[in-house]
Amino acid sequence: MSTFLGMPAAPPRSPYGTGNLRGDRKFPEAAHDELRNEQLRRNLSRATRTIRTKRLGVTGELPDWERLRDAGSAIKTDTMNRLPELLEQLERKVTERGGTVHWARDGVEANEIVTRLIRATGSRDVIKVKSMATQEIGLNEHLEAAGITPYETDLAELIVQLADDKPSHILVPAIHRNRDEIRQIFLDEIPGVDPDLDNVPAHLAAAARAYLREKFMTTKVAVSGANFGIAETGTLTVVESEGNGRMCLTLPDTLITVMGIEKVLPRFQDLEVFLQLLPRSSTGERMNPYTSMWTGVTPGDGPQDFHLVLLDNGRTAALADTIGREALNCIRCSACLNVCPVYERAGGHAYGSTYPGPIGAVLTPQLAGMHAAKDDPNSSLPYASSLCGACFDACPVKIDIPSMLVELRHQHTEQSGTTAEKLAMKAAAGVMSRPKLFAAAQKAASLGRAAGGRDGTISRLPASLSGWSDSRDTAAPPKQSFRSWLASAEGAATMRAAAGEGAGRTAEEPEEEQ
Amino acid sequence: MTTNPTARDTVLGRIRAALALAPTPDSEVPRVYRTGRTLPDDERLALLTDRLADYKAQVHPCTGDRTAEVIAGILHERGARRIGVPDGLDEQWLAAYDGEVQLDSADIPAPSLDALDGVVTASAVSCAETGTIFLDGSPGQGRRALSLVPDLHVCVVDLSSVVAGVPEAVARLVPERPTTLISGPSATSDIELERVEGVHGPRTLAVVIRTDA
Repeated sequence: MSTFLGMPAAPPRSPYGTGNLRGDRKFPEAAHDELRNEQLRRNLSRATRTIRTKRLGVTGELPDWERLRDAGSAIKTDTMNRLPELLEQLERKVTERGGTVHWARDGVEANEIVTRLIRATGSRDVIKVKSMATQEIGLNEHLEAAGITPYETDLAELIVQLADDKPSHILVPAIHRNRDEIRQIFLDEIPGVDPDLDNVPAHLAAAARAYLREKFMTTKVAVSGANFGIAETGTLTVVESEGNGRMCLTLPDTLITVMGIEKVLPRFQDLEVFLQLLPRSSTGERMNPYTSMWTGVTPGDGPQDFHLVLLDNGRTAALADTIGREALNCIRCSACLNVCPVYERAGGHAYGSTYPGPIGAVLTPQLAGMHAAKDDPNSSLPYASSLCGACFDACPVKIDIPSMLVELRHQHTEQSGTTAEKLAMKAAAGVMSRPKLFAAAQKAASLGRAAGGRDGTISRLPASLSGWSDSRDTAAPPKQSFRSWLASAEGAATMRAAAGEGAGRTAEEPEEEQ
Repeated sequence: MTTNPTARDTVLGRIRAALALAPTPDSEVPRVYRTGRTLPDDERLALLTDRLADYKAQVHPCTGDRTAEVIAGILHERGARRIGVPDGLDEQWLAAYDGEVQLDSADIPAPSLDALDGVVTASAVSCAETGTIFLDGSPGQGRRALSLVPDLHVCVVDLSSVVAGVPEAVARLVPERPTTLISGPSATSDIELERVEGVHGPRTLAVVIRTDA
């Protein structure tokens, strides 16, 4: 470890232009197009409503739900405070049990490590368990460029991969596709699929089972993520539903697990908290169908060659932000997506990042930054919220997402140079502090009524203010301002009458109460 | 073994720098949620049965002396003519089964397990509140592939190994053992959120709960 002289240098964000932590367009532009997709909006509305209801049902069942949230939040805070020692302990335990630990400063390095490990096995194919971390670093794209074929084995990830599409939800990545579209994707992309395949979900799932079973039985290498890594014992955990995770974690000879450094937990006992918080918050089930735990290599059971890749990729940059580091506490349950009015309408693609929804709006800028380029699309993410606070209430580890959004907005305005908005605010402050000038300005503004339509709204403001009117109508200024009305004879008379009425009522009230 | 020491030192150095730049107060973990709960036998049985049925698992409560009869009945009903069993499974449990039994071992290639009609295993511990059965690879439970690849899993649960909640179950685990938590048959809701039971894991989970064992 190096010795610090004065203040240590801030850790770097995920390198610009790598991975999937930045879209091509700002959120409002992307959302504008997504909002026109009625299929997406119908699916999302139905899906989020269904999961919300289920989640409330199963969290309400536990009398100690709030105490579990408190414990979960405190364990995560404790973890971040002790991250170096916990990661070293995890590394030691995994190594003692026959695994190999690799460290990756960023996604590029992680991709190179995984590619090298796969090449060393001689395999040209790899089966994958749904993993946010490998999605974040663009591992599949990297492997394909290196001549290795990755097969996604989660049903939704398979649909997304076959359609050359992007996931739109953390938990149900193909939520934007309906059964007819999925049928067509399978007919087009799965070799040897029954041409009479219909659109019944059970039949579509059976087609995926048949296709993937052959991959499970023959592929020698698997890549997974991890939900938790226990420092005390070196135990890795994957939580899933379909059994594709068990297949990938059990059948191949080689297993490579890519885990963000923030996924470590101090004690094995901590699982008693997170195995209650995660499934109930995520799918709204009391427990997900399958959870796998493994510690290094077990002779005669499962992969005999195990590699753990510990990934930074901007996580240490987030950790260096007093407020922003809380985003690292996320356990990827997606409860905040399902309660968010903005996500429910715009969908996951509009966020441009692997991490959509409220948590994505705070995590993505923390990992990849908001000012890496001119008009960085990530700078729009903190504004993709009405600050209603539903995400904070739903979060199983109590991440205060609204406060983080406000802080990021602050950071964004501090970073931005002189904008039309800033100039306008400065001018307004000057005018408002001088009453005569303010009255004159209001008079001038009332002339703006001419710009209003018959419904009294202006749908497009002049160029310098068009950012405001792109997504909302502006009320045309009234004929008369309140100040000028108050100064008129009519205003004075109304105020006198109101004062008299109020005085009369207060005199009567005590009697009524008796 | 650890590779690329430069990256390791860099990442650990960055974390220490981050913690120095943004120090936060130490955090005490308030473990005041429910732990160490106990429930009478009939309540644990009722709770586990209810949860398993909710997951569309088949539940067969019986006394220990009827184990062989119940297991044979399930295998017969499902048409399972060839089953796999792990080393250490109580031989008496298969006394009434007339099909072929393959004793599993590490040198049998996992893909060949696909040819089995089903598998019978014991279990380590179960959580009543969530309907979760824990397998940890001890004798009678087998390697993980055995309870995964065949399409039918008959799992024997002794009521004495059923605990009330998740903390009570986690406390009974041996962390270093490869552990699988099973809550019903495999399932997906990936297509329009319509639940489909049975994707890659066993499509049928039959749980034999021995009420006096």
